[in-house]
Amino acid sequence: MAVNAIDVTDLTIAYKDKPVLWDVDMEVPSGTLMAIVGPNGAGKTTMIKSILGLIKPAAGQVLVYGKPYAEQRHLVGYVPQRGSVDWDFPTSVLDVVMMGRYGALGWLKRPGASERAAALDALDKVGMKSFAERQISQLSGGQQQRVFLARALVQDAQLYFMDEPFQGVDATTERAIVTLLQELRSAGKTVVVVHHDLQTVPEYFDWVTMLNVRRIACGPVSEVFTDNNLRKAYGGKVAFLSADDTVKNGKH
Amino acid sequence: MDISQLFYDLFFDYTLRTVALGSAILGIVSGALGSFAVLRKQSLLGDAISHAALPGIVIAFLLTRSREPAVLMLGALIAGWLATLFMLNVIRTTRIKDDSALGLVLSVFFGMGLMLLTFTQKLPDATQAGLDKFLFGQAATLLQSDVITMAVIGALAITLLITFWKEFKLITFDPEYAASLGYPVRFLDVLLTTLLVIAIVIGLQTVGVVLMSAMIVAPAAAARQWTDKLKNMIFLGGLFGALAGVSGTLISGSMEKLPTGPVIVLCMSVIVLFSMLFATNRGLVWNWFRNLQNRRQLRAQAVLADLNTLAMQHPNQERGHSSAVLRAMSTNPEGVSLALSQLKEQGFAQELGKDAWALTQAGLDEASKNEEKEA
Repeated sequence: MAVNAIDVTDLTIAYKDKPVLWDVDMEVPSGTLMAIVGPNGAGKTTMIKSILGLIKPAAGQVLVYGKPYAEQRHLVGYVPQRGSVDWDFPTSVLDVVMMGRYGALGWLKRPGASERAAALDALDKVGMKSFAERQISQLSGGQQQRVFLARALVQDAQLYFMDEPFQGVDATTERAIVTLLQELRSAGKTVVVVHHDLQTVPEYFDWVTMLNVRRIACGPVSEVFTDNNLRKAYGGKVAFLSADDTVKNGKH
Repeated sequence: MDISQLFYDLFFDYTLRTVALGSAILGIVSGALGSFAVLRKQSLLGDAISHAALPGIVIAFLLTRSREPAVLMLGALIAGWLATLFMLNVIRTTRIKDDSALGLVLSVFFGMGLMLLTFTQKLPDATQAGLDKFLFGQAATLLQSDVITMAVIGALAITLLITFWKEFKLITFDPEYAASLGYPVRFLDVLLTTLLVIAIVIGLQTVGVVLMSAMIVAPAAAARQWTDKLKNMIFLGGLFGALAGVSGTLISGSMEKLPTGPVIVLCMSVIVLFSMLFATNRGLVWNWFRNLQNRRQLRAQAVLADLNTLAMQHPNQERGHSSAVLRAMSTNPEGVSLALSQLKEQGFAQELGKDAWALTQAGLDEASKNEEKEA
């Protein structure tokens, strides 16, 4: 039985007495494309940040391919939210993508020709090769997202985390990114995406974790992405519209 | 005092040479490290640290009764770091936000410093004389030994900056991503802040506590105007700082009773003003000119299109049209004659007779090219 990409047990994180994640279990088999969904404040971003070791949990355990994250860093690529960075920073697209190779370079070595080539290759995969020398302040939202994705791709990881990659991104870019993610999945990699658009979950993803401070559900989309679970996750703040002539609200 | 004498003295007059060298070192180090501080949104932190250094200097004197620059600098360093830690703790444990915490620490520490300074000045000990010069700097009293100390510490700071360049670049741009790669972000943050504190401390003797923040922020602001590459920005920051330092020294040295520190800061301000106005690509004047050029080009293109339309509408394409017709077609009638002369210069239009304008073959080609671009 293949080892799970991610095994989370009893994860609990609190922020000044307020629980953000409570007793959460999550299993992600390798080779899946998984969405994490839930209402605002449900702990989705906190979840992936705690797996990445960026936030210390109050309780719980996280294993990546069977071992603690600290030992598996080289297997993991992270694509943070676009808004977490000041895009006015004086640097070029290529420079940002090369940052993905810093981890492999270690402390004193400078990025050289092979890092440059790897970065150009990754930019090519996301369709941004011609933007290599562009200033990052001149990029649109979709282009920024693709640069971040290229930076993670250049790490040549097995497990990728993406935080709300489709927020404020045009439809063409979204489709291009999803295709890329599905290619990664076909290559045996695991991709975990914090996703905000419930509509597209069945179309894009094969696994889903539904969170609202507690784990509501975690499993294949076909089994677990039900109206019932959605209602539990969103606490009644979700409307179900079926494609009939009459539009029903919350009924099934 | 004439210029040639001034430059001669720069090399051969002990005092002028020493002060100029010290100011140049100050400029390079504070310009380079200040650029990083500005990119990390820590400009005001530099201000707080330099103001907080005052009690450190006074207490160091009170404890050792020595006015050795090294001793006082150590006091400044410790006080600067204490202020930073205090600020971070206030932000973390109370509801007070960054800017308030900064203002709080700045005023409290500075106030304490002034109080201690006044107390010290009342002491019967004559060695305390001159401590108040740390408020605005006492560059004229720099000794060669002081400059050597500044040079050594400054060289160390720059070396560390170069050694950890890519790490510093990464934690400034995306500290979370850096953490995910496994970098000890906390350690790097502390290191870079320490370098900033060092840069501030070595400058205090020259420009003083009150004005030091200008030497941290202004070189970065000026440098940013000229480049979009981090490497160049840091380099230019150091260069501008050195330029301000040396020119400030020369100017104040050539005139009586002008204090060096404030003059250096004024020179820095001139550099910033110049950069804001005239820098390529970002300068205000530059952009004004570029906008003017763009508008003229657009108007010319519009008149070109109008002439093309007229040519298409008439069976005789060679016929000339008066500028009055073009003015009637244009949304900007006053600009038509200028546009016509511009088109004539570019070879796109020609005057067939008095006030009879038509497109040349080149003009017709250009017009159809523009039409394709619009499609």
